[in-house]
Amino acid sequence: MKMDLLPWVWLSTLNKISPKKKKQLIDFFDNAGSVWDASLPELRLAPFLSNKNIDQLFCKEYKKDAEKILKRTIENKIDVVTIQDKDYPEILKHIYDPPIVLYAKGKLKPDECCIGIVGSRKATVYGLEMAENTAFDLSKGGITVISGMARGIDSHAHYGAIKGGGRTIAVLGCGLDIVYPKENIYLMEQIIKNGAVISENIIGTQPLPHNFPARNRIISGMSKGIAVIEAGEKSGSLITADYALEQGRDVFAVPGNINRWNSKGTNNLIKEGAKLVTGSEDIFEELNLCSNINLEYRNIEDSAQSFMLNKLGKDEKKILDILRYEDLHIDTISEKTGISMDIVNSLLIIMELKGLIIQVPGKVFKLKE
Amino acid sequence: MLSKITSCGIIGIEGFIVAVETDISNGLPAFDIVGLGGIAVKEAKERVRAALKNSGFEFPLGRITVNLAPASLKKEGSTYDLPIALGILAATGQFPLREYKDSMFVGELSLDGQIKRINGALNAAACACESGIKNLFLPIQNADEAAVINEVNVLPAESIKEIFDHLTNRKAIDVHQVDVDTLFGDSHSEYEDFSDVKGQANVKRALEIAASGGHNCLMIGSPGCGKTMLAKRLPGILPDITFEESLEVTKIHSIAGILPEGASLVTKRPFRSPHHTISNVSLTGGGKIPKPGEISLAHYGVLFLDEFPEFSKSALEVMRQPLEDGNVTISRINASLTYPSVFLLLAAMNPCKCGYLLDESRGCICSQHEIDNYMGKISGPLLDRIDIQIEVPNIKYEDLQSIKVEEASAEIKKRVNEARKIQLERYKNFKIFSNAQLPPSLIIEFCQLDSKGKKILESAFKKLSLSARAYNRILKVSRTIADMEKSKNINERHIAEAIQYRSLDRKFQGSRVKYGGSL
Repeated sequence: MKMDLLPWVWLSTLNKISPKKKKQLIDFFDNAGSVWDASLPELRLAPFLSNKNIDQLFCKEYKKDAEKILKRTIENKIDVVTIQDKDYPEILKHIYDPPIVLYAKGKLKPDECCIGIVGSRKATVYGLEMAENTAFDLSKGGITVISGMARGIDSHAHYGAIKGGGRTIAVLGCGLDIVYPKENIYLMEQIIKNGAVISENIIGTQPLPHNFPARNRIISGMSKGIAVIEAGEKSGSLITADYALEQGRDVFAVPGNINRWNSKGTNNLIKEGAKLVTGSEDIFEELNLCSNINLEYRNIEDSAQSFMLNKLGKDEKKILDILRYEDLHIDTISEKTGISMDIVNSLLIIMELKGLIIQVPGKVFKLKE
Repeated sequence: MLSKITSCGIIGIEGFIVAVETDISNGLPAFDIVGLGGIAVKEAKERVRAALKNSGFEFPLGRITVNLAPASLKKEGSTYDLPIALGILAATGQFPLREYKDSMFVGELSLDGQIKRINGALNAAACACESGIKNLFLPIQNADEAAVINEVNVLPAESIKEIFDHLTNRKAIDVHQVDVDTLFGDSHSEYEDFSDVKGQANVKRALEIAASGGHNCLMIGSPGCGKTMLAKRLPGILPDITFEESLEVTKIHSIAGILPEGASLVTKRPFRSPHHTISNVSLTGGGKIPKPGEISLAHYGVLFLDEFPEFSKSALEVMRQPLEDGNVTISRINASLTYPSVFLLLAAMNPCKCGYLLDESRGCICSQHEIDNYMGKISGPLLDRIDIQIEVPNIKYEDLQSIKVEEASAEIKKRVNEARKIQLERYKNFKIFSNAQLPPSLIIEFCQLDSKGKKILESAFKKLSLSARAYNRILKVSRTIADMEKSKNINERHIAEAIQYRSLDRKFQGSRVKYGGSL
């Protein structure tokens, strides 16, 4: 067993000491081993420690537990990356309260360029699409996409990055032995293969609500900028955006329909000065990253589409024409084009199968980009 | 001294002949009724005694034994009051004859000798007809109902005295008759009209298809979008009820005692909408004194279940077998009964617990877990029996304001009738009468696709990730759509439209769930 990791794991289990104080402890004593060995008078020398902190540092139970936890961590093939390790992300070290230990599955790189993509769990098809496309482009451009592996936007950001063939990192709010949400078990495997899943929480930590804001500070801490796609007025994604501002990161926001409840957060961000993003190019530009990525793959699809268009029937063209302006409900399509409901019904499916339009929940149809 | 009077008992919806045998012998005065009578039958004693006395007849002093044969079948209700009273009169020689083989008597007695309304008069008439009995004496309130059976002379009576006068040739009772054709000729529809519903063209179309092919249907939409309003109008576009169907429905309603007074036949398709707190037994039928449940009362009509997931899980599951077989067999300690239950199931539900999952402007506050739970209340096998699933959008203000004249139910019904006619003709040798009832073996025979249709179905399954159970449903619904266009073959467009009605099979259902996120 790597005994030199034991003091680090022990420190990370102490729940009464804030991350900030843990960082100060390390700075004060040079490394975790010295904290482990420190005597009471030595600890008293640290001005920032309260009596409660010192009590916990002296509690033998925690030291005993730490051994078990380290053993389980190693058994689960989880790496322990300390703030003094060379793999520890450089950019994260400089935030106000960096985690002194990161538990990781997969591979961490110390100085990769990351962008965080966060957003609502209850996302719309539009949001999911934006997340996936943005992540895809970023990943093509060699940027690592960081997110939280939650449902909705987060998951799709990871999907997009993996599809783009780049690296992606998921920061969890629970121990790495727990998959939350459960349905993302396959996604988690893929992320480990194509990057890393990390957490500051020790193994066995449940996904409790208060873990998530702390998790968000790591997402923003590791990123050069945070892109928020769909957030309600009181959303966890806005907490991430706040952290990002505190940490001096750029905040990007994708605008949404002003009437939709889960666009309100992002639209407010834009009002307050976040950079409005309509595509990944905006992010590249803001970060002064020369985007030598190839966006040509889109053009190929375009030409395929225009080829299809020539073969469309009259009614199909009519439907495409009105969908160009807005997404419409099937009833409205029938009304506006004057085509009877039975024909609209079948044409829409046929067009969907041709890949011209997509159906979103509520029997609303929109053009495929 | 023995007498024999014929009456009628009921098992399920079928009547059976009951011989009421009365024996009066000397001995200590006693009055016994044997032959598995229920409490109402046991209590007949007191009613009969008082009714006879108050009608001016003599109640014999002696040992009276009444047997209701066959003695092995349970008998419930108050229909036996009249035959028991007549049996006593016959046994004591107050009647010219001791046996009336060609007449059947049913009716409840009140203490003053009046005859009161009973349940199941039509069933009794049908039973009399089958057994070759010519005359049926019954309460005057039931006359219209029973007179539908033309082969039997229906002789309504208000009091026991009138029957006595008739049998002793003092004053004859006139045979009651109704004209069945005028009953059906009444074209006035009591259902609300589809023209009241503004907009919702897509849902209306789906309901028209459901009515044409007898497909079960599920509507999903936010609260207040008009699901109930649409549902209430569905029976108005169902094909006209036939005389045979009407007889069967009336029999069930007659037993249940829900036939309105003075009504002779149920000439409109029934529409039943039980509340979601309903128990399993009231849904399927049964109980200590067996009665048909809601699914049988909706026979040949519509069973509307609003707030579908709120129904108890077991209540929903008990519907599975009746939905498949078209009848429900209830086995209890006393008997095993079969009630018919061919109905169109129309269910309505919110997309999630709070109801606003599909609402664009209003956020849903349910957690993913709650949404999954809510949808999970409807089991796969039950969903499997629902051919058409449609999303009902919120109605727009412009639509409410619109002065556009919407199509009336009568118009839609005309088309539905035509589509049904084609199906009846096609399936006349197969004992089914609508596309919804097609078993897999016949689907292969009647739902042949051309190559284009096959191709579109194949690509739909691949691209739209439809579930396997959707396959047969789509074929059946597309068959109906083809019938509505009087097209012999199912083509590409019919298939495509049928796919539109599989909302729940589409993996993106619930917007935030499984949309496309595959690797």
